[in-house]
Amino acid sequence: MKLEELKFGTELIKRGFASMQKGGVIMDVVNADQARIAEEAGAVAVMALERVPADIRKMGGVARMADPQIIAEIIDAVSIPVMGKVRIGHTVEAQVLEAVGVDMIDESEVLTPADEEYHIEKTKFTVPFVCGARNLGEALRRIDEGAAMIRTKGEAGTGNVVEAVRHMRAIMGEIRQLQGMSAQERMDRARTIEAPAALVDECARMGRLPTVNFSAGGIATPADAALMMQMGADGVFVGSGIFLSRHPERMARAIVEAVNSYDDPAVLARVSRGLGEAMPGIDVHTLREDEVLQYRGR
Amino acid sequence: MGVRIGVLALQGDVSEHILAFRHALDGKGEVCAVRRPEEIADLDGLAIPGGESTTICRLVDKNAMRRPIEAFEGGIFATCAGMVLAAREVDDPRIAPLGCIDIIVERNAFGRQRESFETDVHIAGLRTPFHAVFIRAPVASRVGPKATVLGSVDRGVVAVRSGRHMALAFHPELGGDTRLHCMFLEHLQDTG
Repeated sequence: MKLEELKFGTELIKRGFASMQKGGVIMDVVNADQARIAEEAGAVAVMALERVPADIRKMGGVARMADPQIIAEIIDAVSIPVMGKVRIGHTVEAQVLEAVGVDMIDESEVLTPADEEYHIEKTKFTVPFVCGARNLGEALRRIDEGAAMIRTKGEAGTGNVVEAVRHMRAIMGEIRQLQGMSAQERMDRARTIEAPAALVDECARMGRLPTVNFSAGGIATPADAALMMQMGADGVFVGSGIFLSRHPERMARAIVEAVNSYDDPAVLARVSRGLGEAMPGIDVHTLREDEVLQYRGR
Repeated sequence: MGVRIGVLALQGDVSEHILAFRHALDGKGEVCAVRRPEEIADLDGLAIPGGESTTICRLVDKNAMRRPIEAFEGGIFATCAGMVLAAREVDDPRIAPLGCIDIIVERNAFGRQRESFETDVHIAGLRTPFHAVFIRAPVASRVGPKATVLGSVDRGVVAVRSGRHMALAFHPELGGDTRLHCMFLEHLQDTG
């Protein structure tokens, strides 16, 4: 095996990594202790952050990439993949996280955007990216830029699943519509939703997005997680929902089991018992427009 | 009646394995996702897919599947995380392996995701090299007397056969080449 015969960072490797996460729960953590709890509970990966989204919301101001020191400590603490968030369009934050050794980068609306016109050109990186989307057009634009995984945006840090449901329903519904269309109609739809025609055709053919599609933004209970799986998510991100709940270890284990047995109400009933209080929630209708994170990036 | 293959569907790239086996079987058998302990015994072959080995390990126990897999008499097709789980021994106390295949496995032997790679591997029994995708892959650091090495890279052994079982450090289900799935099905016929 000579080095020149090895290929790194290909689309197959990036999307393959995302496929290995399927059926799993990716948990937000802010330090090595939380990361170990997440791994022990059965998380498939952790998202290393300085603050969980609910606390970012409270803090206000400009939210940036976490201190690489925190991320490095989390990388050292666990054997599962470690992800990190960068600001939309912030190519250098992504270069830094790639150098630190994160396994996937989340170009995330939870942080304050660095570029209000363009996202990062993700094909230029060896490390795979996950990006948020609210509808099919947005998902396919991100995939066209090189995202190896999509997560529906929901509304992070609210503990309210309503937006996650809205976005998953939108993407799944739009794909179902495509499947009933003629080639000409699909071409027209591709123009309307501002997505590459080839990717639109691929969705129609496969009956799903060409990449793995997770759900995120507002999942706070095992039932929320199972709901998103029943709607067709390949897995879930849980941000503030675990470590802002009363008993994080119990909540983490329960959500992992709920995602695994999402179609078995008896198991869901068992794992949902006696978890203590979930994170405090926010009615999204009470948010001011500038507080709504999902509008960042398009 | 054709062979019955099950893919352990607790976490990981289950649908990719189902598609690859469906292609390899070419109508001469069936493949299904396996999520309950009572579904294992009737199978001829069980695939343990790629995914996160710590997660799958935990879910194997949560779903009471350890005993049925240990007692399973058919062939096991284990890839990446599956190879970690099917091993006799793992270098990491976070994993309690199932002990199906006589190998000692080192997790994440090549490094992190940025060190994941594609390369051609020579596999004993295949005429041309197999284009293999390694994703945070393990290696077999030691191969016991009951197992045979099928393929290696510089870092160590990446493909092993042991009777009806096969363990692969890479992902044959991702590249569209089903020769290793076919080889596994042939071994099932040989000794089964």
